[in-house]
Amino acid sequence: MTEPVLPDLESARVDGLSALIEVHTSENLALWKTAHLGKSSPVMLALSGLGKLPADIRPRAGQLANQARQALEAAYEEKSAAIRQENLLRTLEDDRVDITLPGRPARRGRLHPAMQNLRDIYHVFAEMGFQVFRSPDVETDEYNFELLNIPAHHPARDMWQTFYTTRPGVLLRTHTSPGQIWAMRERAPESIRVILPGMCYRYEQITTRSEIQFHQVEGLMVGRNVTFADLKGTLTDFARRMFGDSVRTRFRPSYFPFTEPSAEMDVECFLCGGAGCTVCKNAGWLEILGCGMVHPVVLSNGGYDPEIFSGFAFGMGPERITMLRRKIDDIRYFWGNDTRFLEQF
Amino acid sequence: MKLPLSWLKDYVDIKLDLEQLAKTLTMAGLEVDGVTLVGLPMPPGNKHEFKYNGLTWDRDKLVVAEILEVKPHPNADRLVLCRLNDGQQVYEEILTGAPNLFQFKGLGPLHPPIKVAYAKEGARIYDGHQPGLELTTLKRAKIRGVESFSMVCSEKELGISEEHDGIILFDADAPTGMPLADYFGDAVFELSILPNMIRNACVVGVARELAAITDQPLRKPSLAVQAEGPAIAGKVHLDIRTPELNPRFVAGLVENITVQPSPFIVQHRLKLAGMRPINNIVDATNYLMLELGQPLHAFDYDALKARAAGKTPTIVTRQATAGEKLTTLDGVERKLDPFTVLVCDTAGPLSIAGVMGGAETEVSSSTRNVLLEGASWNFINIRKTVASQKLASEAGYRFSRGVHPALAEGSVTRCLEFMRQWSGGVVDAGLVDAYPLPPSPVVVTVTEKDVVRLLGITLKANETASLLERLGFTCRVSGEEVTVTAPDFRLDIGTGAAGRADVLEEIARLYGYEHIPETRLEDKMPPQFGNPVLEREERLRDVLANLGLQEVVSYRLTTPEREARLTLAGSPVHDGEYIALQNPITPERRVMRRSLLSSVMDALEKNARVTDTLALFEIGNVYTPQDGQILPDEQPRLAIALAGLRHPRAWDVKEPPCFDFYDLKGILLDLAAAFQLPDVRVEGSANPAFHPGKQASLISGEIILGQFGSLHPVVKARYETTYAEILAADIDLRLFNECASKSGQLVPVPAFPPILEDIAIIVDENIPAGQIETLIRQTGGKLLAEVRLFDIFRGTQVGEGKKSMAYSLTYQAPDRTLTDKDATAIRQKIIRRLEMEFNAKLRS
Repeated sequence: MTEPVLPDLESARVDGLSALIEVHTSENLALWKTAHLGKSSPVMLALSGLGKLPADIRPRAGQLANQARQALEAAYEEKSAAIRQENLLRTLEDDRVDITLPGRPARRGRLHPAMQNLRDIYHVFAEMGFQVFRSPDVETDEYNFELLNIPAHHPARDMWQTFYTTRPGVLLRTHTSPGQIWAMRERAPESIRVILPGMCYRYEQITTRSEIQFHQVEGLMVGRNVTFADLKGTLTDFARRMFGDSVRTRFRPSYFPFTEPSAEMDVECFLCGGAGCTVCKNAGWLEILGCGMVHPVVLSNGGYDPEIFSGFAFGMGPERITMLRRKIDDIRYFWGNDTRFLEQF
Repeated sequence: MKLPLSWLKDYVDIKLDLEQLAKTLTMAGLEVDGVTLVGLPMPPGNKHEFKYNGLTWDRDKLVVAEILEVKPHPNADRLVLCRLNDGQQVYEEILTGAPNLFQFKGLGPLHPPIKVAYAKEGARIYDGHQPGLELTTLKRAKIRGVESFSMVCSEKELGISEEHDGIILFDADAPTGMPLADYFGDAVFELSILPNMIRNACVVGVARELAAITDQPLRKPSLAVQAEGPAIAGKVHLDIRTPELNPRFVAGLVENITVQPSPFIVQHRLKLAGMRPINNIVDATNYLMLELGQPLHAFDYDALKARAAGKTPTIVTRQATAGEKLTTLDGVERKLDPFTVLVCDTAGPLSIAGVMGGAETEVSSSTRNVLLEGASWNFINIRKTVASQKLASEAGYRFSRGVHPALAEGSVTRCLEFMRQWSGGVVDAGLVDAYPLPPSPVVVTVTEKDVVRLLGITLKANETASLLERLGFTCRVSGEEVTVTAPDFRLDIGTGAAGRADVLEEIARLYGYEHIPETRLEDKMPPQFGNPVLEREERLRDVLANLGLQEVVSYRLTTPEREARLTLAGSPVHDGEYIALQNPITPERRVMRRSLLSSVMDALEKNARVTDTLALFEIGNVYTPQDGQILPDEQPRLAIALAGLRHPRAWDVKEPPCFDFYDLKGILLDLAAAFQLPDVRVEGSANPAFHPGKQASLISGEIILGQFGSLHPVVKARYETTYAEILAADIDLRLFNECASKSGQLVPVPAFPPILEDIAIIVDENIPAGQIETLIRQTGGKLLAEVRLFDIFRGTQVGEGKKSMAYSLTYQAPDRTLTDKDATAIRQKIIRRLEMEFNAKLRS
C-alpha cells in the first residue's frame, strides 16, 4: 500500500500561473480555465480527492488546495479583466469614424424671415396688452384715405404712390392704417389696444431699396387720457424690448394726416451703439417708425368722441427692421424666395 | 429745398455751428437731408450726424484778388497772362484761358480792376476740366513756356455750380485779399419740407421757425417799394370769374427797365438754391419766391397791350374752355383740361395759373415794361393741373400745397423794389388788387386741460401763449383758456377739434418733443380679444416647419398667364376675373393672385436650378372678385410643393429616394392630426392639374379641405425643372379652421398590455389598401387598437395579378388584459370577412 501523499499543489499553482502568462485571447483563456480550474485540473482533482486522504493530513491538504485554487482564480479574473479591457480598446479603435467626413444633413423647416420678425413684434406688443387685428389687403379709397383725413387731391396723397384697381374706388392698401378704422368701428366705444400687421402695396419701381409690397405693423391705442407722453413711453419700451435694454430713442416732429401731433421715432443705432457705422450712415440714429396722436377727425370717423377719447397710432416696416438688424442691403431678397437667403434665418 | 446759410442769416441770428443748426432744424420737423459746403469748414468734431459734402475753401490759399491788366500770351492765342494783386503782392504773369477775360486783353491797365477768385499754389479745388467733381491740388507747372503756380477760378472749381466757361467776376466792391471763405463762403442745407409745412419752403419761413425755436427775434424783410412812377390805376383791369379758385390777384407795374444780368449775389444765391439765373426781372420773381414763398409772374406789359390792340389790358382768370390750348414757357403746346384755371386777357390765355407762364407774353431781352402778378389759387385745383399736365415747377410745387392770399401784396411790392433796384426802372404808384375772397381768420381755443390731456405736460395758459406767439400766433389768455388766432401766412391750421390738434402740435414742437416725458399707459386695459384664426395660422407654420418645410412669402401680384400654367389647358382666364390693377408698374405684376399654389410653384421653379430637394409652403390669401360686392373675398389658403430628394443628399447614400405621393399624404395627415381634425380621410379626386392616378382630396367629416397629389405631367412640364415628380397641395384654410375648431378629445393612454400579431393576406392587385384597412378596422371593433401595413409583396409565390399585404395588428382593451383566446377570435373574424369581401387568402 502506498503512502498517500499530498498532491503537488505548489507545482500545479506555478504551472497554472506561468501558463497564464502566455494567454492573450478570451479563447485561450477559456482553454486555460479548463486545464487549470476545470474538473480534471490538478487543483480540482486534489480538491475532489480530499475525502480519500487520511484524516490527519486532510485539513492541511484542503488548505493547500484551496490556496492554490484561489490563487489561480484570482489570476484568472485578473487576466479575464485585462483581456476584456484589451478587447474593448480594440473594438473602440476598430469603431473609430472619420470625424472629418460631412455630417448627414437633416431637413430643417423654417419660417420666412418676414414672418419670424412679425412674431417678434407680436410678442413684444402682446406683453403690453396689444392684440393682433387684421383687415383686408384690397381696400376702398374711403378707408385707405378719406376716413383717415386724407381727402382726394390733398397734398398728403403724394406720400403714398397708390395701386388702383380697375374697380372705381378700390385700391391696394398703401398702409395698414385703414385697419384703424376697421378696429375702431368694431370696438367703439370700448378702449382699444391693437396692432395691425399686413401686406401693403405701393406703386414703386422695384429696386434694392423699394418694393411694390411690404409688411407694415401699425399700432393703435384709443382710450381716455391717452397722451403724447404715453406714446413716447410705450414706444420707447417697445424699442428697448426689440433692440436692447439700453437703446435710446428720440422723437422728432413729422407729418401724417391721420395723427397730430405726429412724430418719427429714431432709435439709437443698435449695431454701433450710436458711435456711427455704415448701417446708420454714421448718423448714430435709425429711423424706425412714424407715430402720433390719433387725429380727432379719425377718432370721429371711427366712432369716438375726440372730446372724451384720445389715442395714439404708430407704424413700422418690419422688413426694414430686419434689413437693419441683419445688414441686408437688398429688399428684393424678401419676396425673391431664394432658399439660399431663406435658409440663413 | 436748398437753403443757403448766408441767406438765412439775413433774417435771424445764428449762433449754432452747422451740425447744431442741422440738428435744431431736424428736431423741429425741418429734416435736414444733408449739407453742402460751399467754402465753409466742416463743423468741429470727427463724428457728424449729418452728411456733409462739397468743398471747404482754404482761407490762406483762396482769396479775392484784383486783375490789374490782361496781357496776351506770347505763345498761345487761347491763353492770357494777368497782372494780379492778391492783397499781399502783385504777380505779373498769372495764366488763364478764361474766355470772359479776353475782352480785356491788351487794353492796358484796368480801371477799376477786375475782382476775381484767386487760388494759390497748394489750394484744394475741383478740377474744372474733369467731368463731375474731382478734387485736385493746385501744383506748379510750366504751360507753353510760362510758369504757372496759381489760377483764377470758375464756379465749378469752387464747387458753386457746373459753370466752367468763364471765371467768377465779383462786384467791384469785393475786398482784395479777403479769404473767399469769408467773402462768400456758404453752406447749403437740403431740407425735406413736410406736406403741412409748405410755409417753410422759403428762407423767411425757415428763419421764422429758427427764430421761434431758438427764441431769437426774426428780422422781417422790408416790403416797402419806392414807387415814384405814375399811378397804376387805369393801366390794367382785373376780372376774376371764380373767386373760389382765385381768391386774390395783385398786379404792379414797373416801367422803363433794362433787362440785364442780376447782381452777383442774387445770381449766386439763386444758383445755391438750385435755380438758374435768367435775367434781372425773372430772377427778381424767383428770388422773392425763394425768400417769401410767394410765386410771382412777370408779363411783358407791352405784349399785353399789343394783344389788347393798344387798349387797357384786362386780366381775366377763368377755367379753360373746351379744347383750349396754350404754349407754355418750356415751348410745349398744352391741351388744357376744363378744370384748369388760366390767366387770360381778352385775346386768350396767357399762362396756366400758378404753374407756368405762356411763351407769348414772357419777359425777353427787349422788354421795357413789366406787369407783375402776385396771386393766390385754390391748391386742390392747382394740384389737379400739375398732375394732369405732368408739369413740375417751383410755383406749382408751392401753389399746389397752399399759399396764403395775404402774402400776395407784400410780395409784389418787395419784388417791384428788386426790379427797380436791379433794372433801373420806375415803379408805378399803387397796385391793382382784386381780393374777392379773403379767408376768414382762424381762431382756435386751447385750454390747460387740453394740453395735459393730449400732450401729457402741464403748461399754464400764458406759457402756452408765449410759445405760440414766437411762431406768429396771436393769443388771448383768459383764465385757463387761450384763444389763438393763426397768423396770415398759415393755411394749415383748421378749426374745432382738428384746429386744436394743429395748435397742440405747434405747442409740442416749440416745447420740444425731447422735453415731453415718457410715461406708461395709465388707461385701464381694454377688453381682450383672442385672434384664434391668427393663432392657428401661426401654429400651422410651426407644425409645417417642424415637418421640415420651408416657408416662402411671394408677391401677391401676378399674371393670369403665370397662374394658367397650373391648369391642364394652360389658357389664362381674362384679367376681368381677377382684382386687376389700373396702373401696374409692370405687366408681370398686374393682378392679385387667385392661386396660392401658383405662387409656391413659382418659388419652386426659381430654386430648382440651385437645389435638388425642395419642400416649400406658403400661407396667404387669394383674392376673388365677388358679384355685388365692392371688395373681393380674401380667402386664406395653404399651399405645399415638394420635389426632388426626400432627404438632403448625404455622402453614404448611393441612390437617395425622392419625394412621392405618400410623403405629401403623410405631411397632410400629420397636419390634420396636429389640429385634431375630426374624421379625417382622403378620397380620390379629379383635379385636372394633377396626375389622374396620383391625387386625392383631404376630407374632414363632410368637408373637402383641398386637393393634393402629383402634378399632371403636362402641367409639370410647364415649369422649368428637372424633377421627376412634383407633389403639391392646395388647402382652404377657412375650412381647415372650421374643422380645427371642433377639435377632438384625447384618447386615454392604455393601462393594460396589448397583444401584437401579424397577418398576411393575398388579394387581387386592384383592391385598394384603404378598403382592406377599413374592413379590418370595422371587423376588429373596439378591441383592435391599431392596424399598420408593414409590407406589400408581389411575385410568383403569390401569383400573377395578386399582392400580399402584411398587417401588424394590435389588440387592446381599456379595462382588462386580453387573452390569446380573445385575440384569436378577433383574428378569425377578420380573416373570414376578408375572405368573404375580397376573396383574400391567408398567407402562412
